[in-house]
Amino acid sequence: MANPNGIGASVRRREDARFLTGRGTYTDDISRPNQTHAVFVRSPYAHARIRGIDAGEATKAPGVVAVLTGADMEADKVGSLPCGWQIHSKDGSPMKEPPHFPIARDRARYVGDAVAVVIAETREQAKDAAELVMVDYEELPAAVTSVKALDGAAPQVHDDVTGNLCFDWHLGDAAAVDAAFAQAAHVAKLDLVNQRLIPNAMEPRAALGEYDRATGEHTLTTTSQNPHVIRLLMGAFVLGIPEHKLRVVAPDVGGGFGSKIFHYGEEAVVTWAAKKVGRPVKWTAERSESFLTDAHGRDHVSHAELALDQDGNFLALRVATIANMGAYLSTFAPSIPTYLYATLLAGQYKTPAIYAEVKAVFTNTAPVDAYRGAGRPEACYLIERLVEVAAAETGIDKAEIRRRNFVPASAMPYQTPVALQYDTGDFAKNLDIALPMVDYAGFAARKAESARKGKLRGIGFATYIEACGIAPSNVAGALGARAGLYESAEVRFHPTGSVTVFTGSHSHGQGHETTFAQLVAERFGVPIENVEIVHGDTSKIPFGMGTYGSRSLAVGGSAIVKAMDKVERKAKKIAAHMLEAAETDIEVKDGRFVVAGTDKALSIGDIALQAYVPHNFPLDELEPGLDEQAFYDPKNFTYPNGCHVCEVEIDPETGVVEVVNFAAVDDFGRVINPLIVEGQVHGGLVQGIGQALYENCVYDEESGQLITGSYMDYCMPRADDVPSFAVQYHEDQPCTHNPLGVKGCGEAGTIGASAAVMNAVVHALSDLGVTHMDMPATPERVWQVIQRHSHAQAAE
Amino acid sequence: MYEFTYHRPTSLADAAAMLGRSEEAKLLGGGQTLLPTLKQRLARPSDLIDLGQIAELKGIREEGGGLMIGAFTRHAEVAHSDLVRRVIPSLADLAEGIGDRQVRNMGTLGGSICNADPSADYPSAVVALKATVKTDRREIAGDDFFTGMFETALEPGEIVTSVTFQKPDKAAYAKFRNPASRYAIVGVFVARFGSEVRVAVTGAGPSVFRATDMETALAGNISPDALNGIKVAADGLNADIHASAEYRAHLVTVMAKRAVVACG
Repeated sequence: MANPNGIGASVRRREDARFLTGRGTYTDDISRPNQTHAVFVRSPYAHARIRGIDAGEATKAPGVVAVLTGADMEADKVGSLPCGWQIHSKDGSPMKEPPHFPIARDRARYVGDAVAVVIAETREQAKDAAELVMVDYEELPAAVTSVKALDGAAPQVHDDVTGNLCFDWHLGDAAAVDAAFAQAAHVAKLDLVNQRLIPNAMEPRAALGEYDRATGEHTLTTTSQNPHVIRLLMGAFVLGIPEHKLRVVAPDVGGGFGSKIFHYGEEAVVTWAAKKVGRPVKWTAERSESFLTDAHGRDHVSHAELALDQDGNFLALRVATIANMGAYLSTFAPSIPTYLYATLLAGQYKTPAIYAEVKAVFTNTAPVDAYRGAGRPEACYLIERLVEVAAAETGIDKAEIRRRNFVPASAMPYQTPVALQYDTGDFAKNLDIALPMVDYAGFAARKAESARKGKLRGIGFATYIEACGIAPSNVAGALGARAGLYESAEVRFHPTGSVTVFTGSHSHGQGHETTFAQLVAERFGVPIENVEIVHGDTSKIPFGMGTYGSRSLAVGGSAIVKAMDKVERKAKKIAAHMLEAAETDIEVKDGRFVVAGTDKALSIGDIALQAYVPHNFPLDELEPGLDEQAFYDPKNFTYPNGCHVCEVEIDPETGVVEVVNFAAVDDFGRVINPLIVEGQVHGGLVQGIGQALYENCVYDEESGQLITGSYMDYCMPRADDVPSFAVQYHEDQPCTHNPLGVKGCGEAGTIGASAAVMNAVVHALSDLGVTHMDMPATPERVWQVIQRHSHAQAAE
Repeated sequence: MYEFTYHRPTSLADAAAMLGRSEEAKLLGGGQTLLPTLKQRLARPSDLIDLGQIAELKGIREEGGGLMIGAFTRHAEVAHSDLVRRVIPSLADLAEGIGDRQVRNMGTLGGSICNADPSADYPSAVVALKATVKTDRREIAGDDFFTGMFETALEPGEIVTSVTFQKPDKAAYAKFRNPASRYAIVGVFVARFGSEVRVAVTGAGPSVFRATDMETALAGNISPDALNGIKVAADGLNADIHASAEYRAHLVTVMAKRAVVACG
């Protein structure tokens, strides 16, 4: 009998009772005896020389324990925050990697850059004193937008980075692309902006530093998606603390979307300061600080061209992108617009030749790094907008032009011209499922009905493929990764048969405590309530890489499977001894260890007890205990893919876009928990719709002040902005190279949705002659586009 | 926030006396603007005088055929009041659309009009429904109450106690919400009293104003078509990243027409 909580069961999330009743333990919930509070003094200028800091009055203010600056950190030989990925430019030169100190030393380079920290008995006292820290700034002109920053006349963000160019990288075969364009019957061209976004995790970042004088051990509790990575980066590169004296804990974390992957200066400051002041130091970001200082996402400006033959077959794709890095390189920033972006430009299509150039630029804005999807939404948006333009220009139906160019399932595994090898995928099947879900054939009638109400209606497609679970480590290393990309797991059976699983993945909303437990329940027939998932503490778990890039199940889950394999192998030996049978005769059926062809059987609980109370145990062959560890380094990326279709209705009087219909068909390989997968898709879709219609990070182009610094101006999508989604998946294209056949589902919704929505918006406006508009399609922007084109039509 | 002394008087006289004792004292209504301002350290009052325990400032009752609503009446109370729903349903509709549920459960009528945020909803009703604002000193005609962006006719130390709205024959409020804040980018309140039609516009300009051309056009013909071709001038209207002055001017006509349609 299949386990009711095993693979494929929609088990309700076990962690939700804790979260929904306010019983989670987040970093800010943790307080230590004698704890102090840190408040950062942040630059009000986008670019300013720090001529001096007078902390005299602040130091004397009530409750102040210390006021510390970049000079204090320099005196203690605190290093620069390291970058975890190195890109080389076309000419072979390494990317420019200017120092990024936890507290700025001579210059502040964006509004919000930390220039001092005040540590006091209470948060309010620290805030009061922070206002008394007198920083003598000499304001400098700022380079704010990426395109202008590349202009030779722009202010220099870093003195030794000429022209603000971090790297000028490329991928693909330029000559082959040029040759294909020369043959093309048609070329579709598009200039587009993928706007900057602010991540907005529900829980703001927080960090608590502690130092134990007796043992010399430092502890950092932090809002991180990957505590071991923080321990490695901060310990080895910033503070010089060896691993055995540095514990990093990421307890319950309220959302990350990528923004909590990175090692931030505040983490190093509280860890360093805790030793300096001899007391625990806690910092929790206010929401305004989150807006200013969480690493932002996206911010690409691109030009793209697609060459087609007379039948609408894609011949070649040429892309030039300018990617804004912000003021400093955040931990994985250089990898996002390169190996997580340009490598995905084949999309689902068999375009034979692709060439992409990417210039990464420093500006006086917050650092930009991975944000849900991380490079892949940018790639999907560019390809799918361009394909839609090509369909409109050639007059080929937009579903048909896609179908004509799909990599066929029969061509799998498929080597793209941009480095990746897709293992499985049936893109036509995704489309076939999606079309009836949105009644594609009935669109014309619905459009006519909308027109009768004075509304404009459009339908848009996006097909996407993403590369998840970056790996294998040696390949990633050759491409510039400065870390391994495996995952770890330990499966520890206890004497009475309950299980603790230690995973290097980190759950900050994904539901690992449920999904991972289902894997154990399925394999060993253990009741799911007897399985505990432990993550997020470097003192408990083996060295793991954490959670990002939809990797947790594909990589972390596979590590658990490998550890369970080892448990099973040992358990078989113990069972053979207990049942007086040959090891080769022991079979595992529905979690029970059975002597083949007999009714003699043991549960894993029976075996675990014997493993720890080894009275009837092969002690001469085996060690006692039932506790196995594994590391899993994937052979390839996984390739989730799908087809999203969006239908919108636009009110031409106001420009308001309403998403009236949305269907998502996804291939995530094998699905462990359909309920959680559906939830991940819903959340992702809302985030993608958010980028398409609402969200936009705006800096003043002259002063570099963040204009969208609160929810009054930064528009998040809300529940009443989205329709009821139609979501389906199929499981007949499992991943071929991991033991679960899973591909990952965390980012898919975000990757497909923005393009689908914008294609629908442009389609709705196409009767007016509109061929493109940039995101977000806010009411005023849509209205302005309508005005411009209505006037243009009237003038004809 | 900075430190302040918190007071919770139980009578209007006590509140007025406390307010008179310090130039830096502030009245606290529902706190939906003041508290965020304090949290961001953008204001530094010496004293905060919470009006929430003063019975004289509460309640909704019929008065002279219209409605008298106490200054410390929360938006949700107006939205869910059977009396308001019966006498001036458009006012209940307006209250139901303010901010979000949390804001409506805390924010008050008096707080809203005294703050005189250019994008607040209530000022349009005060003007369109020919309201009278009562204070602890006098009565102020709704038309005279709002004097500019965040400015009112109130004198230092004066406390609004209630607002009396006249009952229109027909009325409706149509609002184009800021997608981020959900304040009014443009809100138009249309009210008909016999042959007189009032069109009060909030959100678009520095302060609520009457669209007199529209009022004239509607006086003889209360239909959306009567507004064809009538636009307020974009000059002097608000502009921000969400809506230019030109777009706001356009929306005034669109929302006015929708309000007229909703008047039925």
